Amino acid sequence: MATVIEAKDVRVYYGQKEALHGISMDIPEKQITALIGPSGCGKSTFLRTLNRMNDQIPNIKITGTIKFEGKEIYSPKMDVVNLRQNVGMVFQQPNPFAFSVYENVSFGLRLAGIKDKALIDDRVETALKQAAIWDVVKDRLNDNALGFSGGQQQRICIARVLATKPDVILMDEPTSALDPISSAQIEETMVELAKDYTIVTVTHNMQQASRISDKTALFVAGKIVEYDDTRKIFINPKEEMTANYINGVFG
Amino acid sequence: MRTLFADEMKRLNLRFGEMGINTSEQIYRASKSYAEHDKELAKKVIEGDSRINDEEISLENEALELMALQQPMAGDFRRIITALKASSDLERVGDYAASIARETIRVKGNERIPEVEEKISEITVVVRNMMENFLDAYARDDIELAKKTAKMDLEVDLMYYQTQKLILGAMQRQTSIAVAALSYLSVVRDLERIGDHIVNLAEWVVYRRDGKLVELNPGKIDRDIVEKVNDGEKLDSSEKKMLKEAEEAAQLNQ
Repeated sequence: MATVIEAKDVRVYYGQKEALHGISMDIPEKQITALIGPSGCGKSTFLRTLNRMNDQIPNIKITGTIKFEGKEIYSPKMDVVNLRQNVGMVFQQPNPFAFSVYENVSFGLRLAGIKDKALIDDRVETALKQAAIWDVVKDRLNDNALGFSGGQQQRICIARVLATKPDVILMDEPTSALDPISSAQIEETMVELAKDYTIVTVTHNMQQASRISDKTALFVAGKIVEYDDTRKIFINPKEEMTANYINGVFG
Repeated sequence: MRTLFADEMKRLNLRFGEMGINTSEQIYRASKSYAEHDKELAKKVIEGDSRINDEEISLENEALELMALQQPMAGDFRRIITALKASSDLERVGDYAASIARETIRVKGNERIPEVEEKISEITVVVRNMMENFLDAYARDDIELAKKTAKMDLEVDLMYYQTQKLILGAMQRQTSIAVAALSYLSVVRDLERIGDHIVNLAEWVVYRRDGKLVELNPGKIDRDIVEKVNDGEKLDSSEKKMLKEAEEAAQLNQ
């Protein structure tokens, strides 16, 4: 299994406080890797380091190495816009821009300077199909994206990420603002997408991790307690702390 | 790579169906080997049994994994539990088929009792039909057929009892038949046990669809009927009804 992202001894400091205490993990290609753990354990912080979403936070310091397809993410030579096209992110709250579906999905392409209308049309359609929302929006591409339901908005956001043809999609609690039916549909879409994309998802919902992920990492207090195949984590974990966490004893 | 739950459920069902067909085939080949003294075929049945055992283990693994990772509820939950529990009954049925095949190999070409062998093939036909009916009922979620299948077990029990008597009679008349008789007793016993397991399987069909755990084989009453019929005693009206239903059910496949 090829490794797409390779993190070694990643430490994140907010001012003096060390929030991540040396995270090392390999993210396998075209699989779903779930990061689980109690609130404040550092799983979102770690996720955000993977496409430098933390850069804007004042007083943040990040050490260690994170390589994306062999290239150091935090190298001064790294083109961050380019990185984020290759490593896209979907957030907890669906956050479409307050303009049309078409403009939302084509946003990243125009940002990348693509002007060929036919190419953009094609990418928009493909992305919306991959996000399983094409049938709903195909006749409403010029409607404001905010006029759709939460689940539909989240799919539009997924399509927006897909349009730039990323290799990796980071998802930060992608279904926690959605109702169970919409959540289940997004989960299905994630499993489908993992055939072509690498997905790293942060979730509070352990059942979601067990249902859809191939690999699961348990974060507690800024460290990885256990990182293994999801089946092992949920059926026969090595660490007692993992067993306790997934059984709801703490967290 | 993970697949969707619905696909995994489909695969689980498919695997169960395959295991069921293979088990049914094992019953057929085991009794054929016994009836025709075909030791080569018997060996194949014994080899085939380890395949069924493997099928059970992988099916169990899959079912356990689905339970642990997918938190199935309601109908999905029942379907997984059913596959899990019913596969152990299938596996047991496979063991009895292998046991019959072992008798084929063990029994030396000495004296035989033709009327007993005839009776054994009659039981085999009913047992095999029970199995086929069960597989049908399972595939179609057909509770009525499952219940009919379970009722056929009374026929099997009756024939089992009659055959035992035949064997005992033959032994009393002619002691040199003892070796063959022992083998016959073992085979009819295996067939009778297969019938019992198919009743269990039929019960799982009911659970899967209705969520009710039922007992389709009120064993004790059956035993009474079986003994009464064989001792020529009078049956009461409910016993008569059961016997009639069993006969009718057994004729379904004729």
